[in-house]
Amino acid sequence: MYTMRPAEFDYRHPATLAEAVSMLTELEEARPLAGGHSLLPMMKLRLSTPEALVDLGGIAGLDGIAEDDGGLRIGALATHASVADSELVQARCPVLAETAALIGDLQVRNRGTIGGSVAHADPAADYPTLLKALGAVISAVGRDGEREIAVDEFFIDVFTTALQPGELVLSVRVPSTPTGTGAVYVKHRHPASSYAVVGVAAVVSVEEAACTRAQLTIGGAVRTPVHATAAAEALLGVSGSEEEITDAAGRVAESLPDALGDLYASAEYRVHLATVLAKRACLAAFERASS
Amino acid sequence: MTTEAPPKLFGEPVRRVEDARLITGSAKYLDDLKLPGMAHVAILRSPYAHARITSIDTAKAAAHPGVIAVFTGEDFEHLPALPCAWQAGGVENFVNTPRALEIDRVTFTGAGVAAVVAESKYAAEDALELIEVGWEPLDVLVDAEQAAAEGALQLHENAPGNIVMDWTCGDEQATADALGEAEVVVEERVVNQRLIPTPMEGRGAAAEFEPATGRYTVWMSSQDPHIMRLLMTAFVFGIPETKMRCVALHVGGGFGTKIFLYPEYVLMAALAEKVGRPVKWVETRRENYAATTHGRDHTTYLEIGAKRDGTITALRAKTYANLGGVLSTIAPGIPTTLYGRMLSGAYRIPNIHCRVLGVYTNTGMVDAYRGAGRPEATYLVERAVDLLARELELDPVAIRRKNFIPPEDFPYDPGILRGLHYDTGDYGKALDRALEIVDYEGFRSEQEEARGQGRHLGIGFSTYVEICGAAPSAWIGTVGEGWGASMWESATVRVHLTGKAVVTIGTQPQGQGHETTASQIVASELGIPIEDVTVELGDTQGAPFGYGTYASRSAAVGAVAVYKSLQRIKQKARRVAAHMLEADVEDVEFEGGRAFVKGSPETGKTIQEIAGAAALAYDLPEGEEPFLDDTTYYDPPNCTFPFGTHVAVVEVDGETGEIALKRYVAVDDVGVVINPMIVDGQVHGGIAQGIAQALWEHGIYDENGQLATSSLMDYAVPKTGFFPPFEIDRTETPTDVNPLGVKGAGETGTIASTPAVVNAVVDALAPLGIRHLEMPLTPERVWRAMHGAKG
Repeated sequence: MYTMRPAEFDYRHPATLAEAVSMLTELEEARPLAGGHSLLPMMKLRLSTPEALVDLGGIAGLDGIAEDDGGLRIGALATHASVADSELVQARCPVLAETAALIGDLQVRNRGTIGGSVAHADPAADYPTLLKALGAVISAVGRDGEREIAVDEFFIDVFTTALQPGELVLSVRVPSTPTGTGAVYVKHRHPASSYAVVGVAAVVSVEEAACTRAQLTIGGAVRTPVHATAAAEALLGVSGSEEEITDAAGRVAESLPDALGDLYASAEYRVHLATVLAKRACLAAFERASS
Repeated sequence: MTTEAPPKLFGEPVRRVEDARLITGSAKYLDDLKLPGMAHVAILRSPYAHARITSIDTAKAAAHPGVIAVFTGEDFEHLPALPCAWQAGGVENFVNTPRALEIDRVTFTGAGVAAVVAESKYAAEDALELIEVGWEPLDVLVDAEQAAAEGALQLHENAPGNIVMDWTCGDEQATADALGEAEVVVEERVVNQRLIPTPMEGRGAAAEFEPATGRYTVWMSSQDPHIMRLLMTAFVFGIPETKMRCVALHVGGGFGTKIFLYPEYVLMAALAEKVGRPVKWVETRRENYAATTHGRDHTTYLEIGAKRDGTITALRAKTYANLGGVLSTIAPGIPTTLYGRMLSGAYRIPNIHCRVLGVYTNTGMVDAYRGAGRPEATYLVERAVDLLARELELDPVAIRRKNFIPPEDFPYDPGILRGLHYDTGDYGKALDRALEIVDYEGFRSEQEEARGQGRHLGIGFSTYVEICGAAPSAWIGTVGEGWGASMWESATVRVHLTGKAVVTIGTQPQGQGHETTASQIVASELGIPIEDVTVELGDTQGAPFGYGTYASRSAAVGAVAVYKSLQRIKQKARRVAAHMLEADVEDVEFEGGRAFVKGSPETGKTIQEIAGAAALAYDLPEGEEPFLDDTTYYDPPNCTFPFGTHVAVVEVDGETGEIALKRYVAVDDVGVVINPMIVDGQVHGGIAQGIAQALWEHGIYDENGQLATSSLMDYAVPKTGFFPPFEIDRTETPTDVNPLGVKGAGETGTIASTPAVVNAVVDALAPLGIRHLEMPLTPERVWRAMHGAKG
């Protein structure tokens, strides 16, 4: 409770993906280690006591950032800093680079990885909210081989995903944001942890001054990121005036019936923040889509 | 021989001589200490805020590989509880203070109950999990006002009503009469929330014991190693002080928390003796949050009375000060002498009465935290003046100016300082400068315009005065004040044969740059290069006794001791030089590093030549002892009273309640400045901490006495990006208390900034009818106030 050293564990350092998968399958209570910025603090507090850590850091080729079928494929071990600094990401999906730059602090961004973030599924993390809004696809690999999981199927609950025991995130496939589409992520940062008290991602497509597609996703407010469907639907067809957007954002609360409250922000305030941030994200997204 | 005198370094922004060590990582801190054969200690701490211990079974832990021994409180039953060194308000020594390890009962989460000594930190921490404690949880109190209420649970049999002390200052009847006659009285309940000081380096201690001599050496991260030795030898171990050496290495921040004697320090010394090996314990951040002292935690009922024209006639405060489950070393003194006696602020207030109830609760110990009592006093007074201005529809600047103690009234006796008086001050001057920097009139028109657009801009002032340079021993020794120590300060200056100087000081920095400032004074006075000065500190072996670094006393008391020794050394240098020059001593002057016959500066002897002659002693004046050295014990006649004006400009987001700090202006008057760069650094850090109280920090215990803000993930210590660039300036009103004219600069920022920010936010929201908000001003709290939403 007051100590800061993990219980004893076995440390494994596989050189290949196949080795890693077999270790994670065969070893009892083994956990994969990527950046370690969520796992190691939990181990130090002995809230997590794995028998073994399988360090993925020695496996080549898991941290790439590349074009993929018109979108981007981000390797699981790509750090937040590398995503934020990637010219490719900045060009194809600027909101992804911007969001990566908002995560934690410099030290966290230099170590933390996109695969670790999505696999950990912290409700206050930034990536899950954005990836859900963008409609990303998570590639995973386990003993039965590779599979793809749509982001809407991926986040199940707090710290719980669709990954099977022993299964690893391999990469995240993110569609690019083409001309006419604007995507924006805004967050209210917790002053201590830098996690999102509420994070909102807005993705809107505009054709001839009318919204043809809208996705609005809220993180931090409930147990997993959720689509604010009613609000997003209300955006369809609108031109993007402040009044229209304010009205649409007013419907965010309908998607947050089970909002969380804590010492810093009550459930009621989180819903309020989500509504305000949704309005601001949508206004900025419309501006982007129209420019 | 002609030499160009070196530049006078006093008053210059000399680069810190400590920094090469600190920024290259070569400076040694407590955790860097590795003693031969050293074992590691981990401490089992209470998970309950209030519980009886029915049994402790250490057998499994003792059998764990790598474990040397396991101890419980009973093993140290022969040692008394820790002393209480400032028994203000009639508090008795040793009563309800912590023990090395608690024995039958714990009164806060984090209290130590068992210790494992092991070959490694890992083995020690693993073994902690194997200790079986029979806990019988008891009911819990966390709020001071509730704990002091009738019928509340009793935490200590010897403290009826959970009252530590019931202390007053001022004239109760006259204040009641003045409030009764006042044309206007404003009342408010004001909370100064609990803070967790959070130095970058936590506490830690190591110890070894030499059986042949019975001598202990204890290393600790401390602000006052001499006091640690005094308290441990005289009050805990009952041994002469010659049987213990205390050493502080580099200290990574303290903010008050490292003034105090903690159970772990006694425990390390006792364990080193018991296991016959050196031992070390370094706290984790969780231990730092749970078991190191906290600050503030006042709830005050405030009344301020005035004439309709804004002239303040009376101020009354009744304060509940939460001091935790057990008493820390000087806990009773902080909310009394350093708080109640400063409630006049910068104003003429003819009638003041303050009553403070110190209260036990099932929370961590509360003691001095940067500012220590003065931030609480300043917050109360500066909020009171703003509340009054709002009530009377007066400008907050005008009401301050109207009530300022005018420059001609110094020395000023506010009537509640028990014999001390404010030394010097020109409060209007600092205010004028701040108004000029911030362009007050310009801001008010900008605010008017912004309000027209539905924006919420606000400006807040804090025209503070504080008390520094804790000393006059005669004042400290006044009957009834309850201090258990004196407060003079010491320095020894030795000028070696080569002309290089070694200064040994009794103060102990935690980042303030004492080595630099002391070196500047020596280099300036003796006219030697700053590289030729070495400062020694932090070790009771070889240093004269000193009281340490806190209460912004290291310049106003400690540096003056250095200066005084230098004057005597210069006198001796003149005598030796006169002998060397075959001149009459009355005709010899010392200036710029040289002694020469008046009117003939081209001839003469350098300080290096004089030092060599004094050290060799082949040919000294009759009766003159060899060597140039001197020791001073300096006890000033009064404290010093820095002051200034801080101004915050904020904009509140009407939709979210978020506060944007747009500008921060600080005009401080800390008397004469030795090193402006160091003072700027002190002011910057202090402002950051004070703003943090206004906006972010809050140490919260839940209703079960669990610390809900137990880590840096929950407790919001600010980052640099949270602040705008601070706009810093100074006025200079020297003190007449000491020959350097210095007042002290370590705490002004923390003391001044908190009310400036809160006043600014309330100013921004005044059109909505908001007159007061509790800290920290979290977005939700502000949003609720703005929208009248129900919590």
